[in-house]
Amino acid sequence: MSVNVSVTVNGTRHEVSDVEPRLLLSDFLRDTLGLTGTHVGCEHGVCGACTVLMDGHSVRSCLMLAVQANGSEITTVEGLGTPEALNVLQTQFREHHGLQCGFCTPGMLMTGEDLLRKYPLATDEEIREGLSGNLCRCTGYQNIVAAIRSAAAVRRENVR
Amino acid sequence: MKPARFEYVAPTTLDAAVEALAEANGQGKILAGGQSLLPLLNFRMAQPTVLVDLNGIKELSFIELRGDRVAIGALTRHREIEHSPLIATRLQVMSAAMRHVAHLAIRNRGTIGGSLSHADPAAELPMMAMFYGATLTVQGPAGRRTIVAKDFFVDALTNCLEPEDIVVEIEFPILQHDGWAFEEVARRFGDFALASIAVNIRRGKSGIEDARVAVMGVADTPLRLEGVEKRLCEIEIDGRMPDRFSGLVTASVTPNSDLHASAEYRKHLLGELAKRAMRTALAAKG
Repeated sequence: MSVNVSVTVNGTRHEVSDVEPRLLLSDFLRDTLGLTGTHVGCEHGVCGACTVLMDGHSVRSCLMLAVQANGSEITTVEGLGTPEALNVLQTQFREHHGLQCGFCTPGMLMTGEDLLRKYPLATDEEIREGLSGNLCRCTGYQNIVAAIRSAAAVRRENVR
Repeated sequence: MKPARFEYVAPTTLDAAVEALAEANGQGKILAGGQSLLPLLNFRMAQPTVLVDLNGIKELSFIELRGDRVAIGALTRHREIEHSPLIATRLQVMSAAMRHVAHLAIRNRGTIGGSLSHADPAAELPMMAMFYGATLTVQGPAGRRTIVAKDFFVDALTNCLEPEDIVVEIEFPILQHDGWAFEEVARRFGDFALASIAVNIRRGKSGIEDARVAVMGVADTPLRLEGVEKRLCEIEIDGRMPDRFSGLVTASVTPNSDLHASAEYRKHLLGELAKRAMRTALAAKG
């Protein structure tokens, strides 16, 4: 059995035919579309590395079938900023050295984007609760929290 | 770790979904939020021949007030319940429990019907269904029927549904209260609970007139402690109340030891959470 998947990723429309229904969204993004910025860690929804935004909400792409993304808009880490023009959160990750090996970073950034939109993130406790579904095996959490704290402050400034 | 092959069906009506499940002859699985099913598929612990995706059935997603009850459609996502003003003002304990439900990305996809059907003994929504005394409406080949939460949860990860049944909606009675609390401890914030307790009290002239108590993480299903509820209405409200309540709660449960915590630790933890919960509930109003 195969299905057609029609999806917009980072603003570009993709029509893909002959997709097996069992293909995970994470593998569809990486292998079918060649967007390898989305990292695959545990493949069972524990590590958060494969987090992407679907219609503006963070989801674990290893816990979705590609066919379920039919008709939706996906944003991956490639869709945030460019190397020349990083977005606010990426800039703060650079400023605060919010990454060590970088494997968890795409998932941290996509989760961070959703957290910044949904919660005030006024306290570190709130930031840490929000990040609890994303694992950094370098254990570099301090700087990731600092980067998100800063991004939340920048965002508050911009709103004012 | 990739799922085994399956036929994929995405019906747009509930009738079509029930029909597709019935045709699968017990080899079908329902895909709602997929946050518990996809790991099982990825590990090939579940290998259904047919996957019936409910996400295209719009009538299953709603939160509405029905007199003294709040009805929630089975496909309503955790995120929607977490941020619902109706839930925040009518089902306060549930609203407080929602931020403990897994992690942000999982709350964005996971559904209440899925969580209840998965029946994890340490998950918040099954506990809330027991706490409120919720009623589930289920549709099968013979039509619709209702099941009360107490009958729905049979054992760990086991509900009373037939393979072709689909949960349609859940009705939660609104509780009157003079104080309430929800307490939980997990190893990592958002993980399944080691122990948790929910309390709701109404005060009368001389003490507690009506109480509601539910716990989880300490048995194969979430539990409502009706014996403790009755005893609470018989004892005086004074400074010893939180300790006495804690004693009643721990005497009512016999948790098991597992990888995450020993039985003794879970019991001790539940006792501490019970004290905290009662202090909070009593402090709410003089």
